[in-house]
Amino acid sequence: MDTIPYTVQAREDTGLYNAKLGIWLFLASEVMLFGALFSAYVLLRTGAGAGWPAGASVLHVHLGAFNSVVLLVSSMTMIFAWASLKERNFPRFKSCLGLTILLALLFLGVKSHEYSTKFEHHLYPNTSTFMAIYFLLTGVHALHIIGGVVVNGYLWGPGSKMWQTDPDRFTNRIEVAGLYWHFVDLVWIFLFPVLYLL
Amino acid sequence: MIARAQHHPHELSFWRKYIFSTDHKIIGLQYGITALCFLLLGFCLMLLMRWQLGYPGEPIPGVGKFLGENNAPGGVMLPEFYNELGAMHGTIMVFLGVVPLLVGAFGNYLVPLQIGAPDMAFPKLNMASYWVFLLGGVTMLVSFFLPGGAASSGWTSYPPLSDIATVGQTFWLIGMVFIITSSLLGSVNFIATILQLRAPGLTFLRLPFFVWTQLVTAFLLLLAFPPLEAAGLMQLMDRVAGTSFFLPSGLVISGEPLKVSGGGSVLLWQHLFWFLAHPEVYVLIAPAMGIVSEIIANNIRKPLWGYKSMVYSVIFLGFMSFIVWAHHMYLTGMGTKISAFFQTTTMIISIPSVIILTCLFISLWGGSIRFNTAMLFALAFLPMFGIGGLTGLPLGLSASDIHLHDTYYVIGHFHYVVAPGTIFAIFAGIYYWFPKITGRKMNEMLGHIHFWPSLFFMNCVFMPMFALGLAGVSRRLYDGGQQYAHAQAVLPLNKMITVCAFFLALFQLPFMINLVWSMIKGARVKSDNPWEATTLEWATPTPPPHGNFAQAPKVYRGPYEYSVPGALKDFSPQNEA
Repeated sequence: MDTIPYTVQAREDTGLYNAKLGIWLFLASEVMLFGALFSAYVLLRTGAGAGWPAGASVLHVHLGAFNSVVLLVSSMTMIFAWASLKERNFPRFKSCLGLTILLALLFLGVKSHEYSTKFEHHLYPNTSTFMAIYFLLTGVHALHIIGGVVVNGYLWGPGSKMWQTDPDRFTNRIEVAGLYWHFVDLVWIFLFPVLYLL
Repeated sequence: MIARAQHHPHELSFWRKYIFSTDHKIIGLQYGITALCFLLLGFCLMLLMRWQLGYPGEPIPGVGKFLGENNAPGGVMLPEFYNELGAMHGTIMVFLGVVPLLVGAFGNYLVPLQIGAPDMAFPKLNMASYWVFLLGGVTMLVSFFLPGGAASSGWTSYPPLSDIATVGQTFWLIGMVFIITSSLLGSVNFIATILQLRAPGLTFLRLPFFVWTQLVTAFLLLLAFPPLEAAGLMQLMDRVAGTSFFLPSGLVISGEPLKVSGGGSVLLWQHLFWFLAHPEVYVLIAPAMGIVSEIIANNIRKPLWGYKSMVYSVIFLGFMSFIVWAHHMYLTGMGTKISAFFQTTTMIISIPSVIILTCLFISLWGGSIRFNTAMLFALAFLPMFGIGGLTGLPLGLSASDIHLHDTYYVIGHFHYVVAPGTIFAIFAGIYYWFPKITGRKMNEMLGHIHFWPSLFFMNCVFMPMFALGLAGVSRRLYDGGQQYAHAQAVLPLNKMITVCAFFLALFQLPFMINLVWSMIKGARVKSDNPWEATTLEWATPTPPPHGNFAQAPKVYRGPYEYSVPGALKDFSPQNEA
């Protein structure tokens, strides 16, 4: 008795293969992480009263909106990458996942541009509680984006060799990476209105 | 008959087999050995503190001169060093000692065996979990050698003190991030393993109670730790980037106004911290209940009374533990309405613990009890945890908590839960599963020499603390309350506690000797199932080889079918049709 079951096939009573359950559990813990950060935002903001700036007066709404579109499109290309594998179309998978990675890098580029303009205007994390929570929330989110780029980059490059040896397992890996990617996207969908618009 | 451990077809190198192993049993042992060392270290830190409390201002005998001039000039402990010891004793005991033992060691070793699985669902994550944990532990240890020493703001790290503390606090935060990451990897793994890798026929209500407690514990770790990670990141920002998440406006330190933007909230930290730290209490106790239940069921030779209600209770306990956290904060001025809510939920959460304890007590009725060392520790757990739990009720009520908050009463209360409670369960577990791991039994005589004095001195250490607390002695005093008029009547107790703590240390030696001696010279077990138990871990060869089971097991019955009428033996293993 040596091999671990349900690495590829779903277990009948749970309907999941191991990694898919694993990623859902991981995302549940991520919900709690960002949930705590959003709670901190709420508590600090209600404590600040009138002193809290309107997001749009400090942050660049257009850049934030543009980045939202970038991430939404990247989620779409991520889905296409998985669907391509399901259709056994490896070249299209390569281009879709490659596009996802490029869009993520575009997002990071825009984000770092936003950061550097803040620094140019002498707006640092220690300037105000608003700037502190802005940098913390977007910073933790950006770390998640970087993590996604690393994972997707691996699956696009060296990791994609698995397609030759174990295509079903590789397709599952893309599905799991996709679930994570959609979650990171979803966090931004909350971050954008909370920080930029409210 | 012992089935010989089968050799793996391709033999692994020493490093892959014992150091960077992905086998859950090796990882469990790595966790166990590391965490026992941390437990001993945390205990030694406490002995230093106890000396200072019993004999304030007197040089520490023996080790005093090795502590360094910055910590203890002339062997006399400085207040700053006492604070470091206090913070690190708590941190090491909870995060590096007890939880890694219960979850990392017992959970890792036993859960796959008890559910009939070849390994954990994600063996590589399991290995990563241990190494990240070790990194966190080393970070904590290194912090003792920093300028200004280790973290000194208590294991709770309350701001604003922790925000302005020495660099040791930054290391504490980084260490915690490692530990949280390790526990995240572990908890995902445990839940996936229990849900996905159960052997055919092993339905949820046939799971051993220990597996249930591990499942609930894993959910608590998964969902409660991230808010502390968020809080830790904020405190790190406060300390490194100069933000004011936890620093209110107008803070004055040593007569100087603090130059920060202000606008932060110290209560925010407390809420986020206790949102973890209350579920953490159940992380400390639930697996201990699981261990004790396994041992009691085996040694009464009859089924556990109320197995199903125990399962439902532990699930309910898990849910409730997320909505009781602010009972640690009645004195923060958060308001009577919030206090009323949290004291109600706190009273409710005592019910499932009482149900579990009652089931275990009733189980004893009419059993033909075998009093081996494991069973003695398991039996002692019941009243000791009972004292710990019941003394918690006055702390859970916001009115009586006003008097008792932050006194030695609190220390007595939670140590009864964790020390003679959880740590006794850990001892019980080690004595009970030792034969499966090594193929040898631990010595019963040394076990008795370990058990009886430990029980006696545990009570001598923690019972007087209730008296100290009721007299109003505060818990974080460097001199044990010498300066306070109201403490004078109870101060002699401090000496008594200290003396008993040293005796308690002395009687841990038989355990250490037993552990090492029995590994080499202990009596060999004559079967794979020396305790004649019913659960699946005893259906493996001894010690279990890589892949655990000779054949994939099938499960036909519930976990505790002892003395089934009409059966040939007084135990019916789960895997026997």
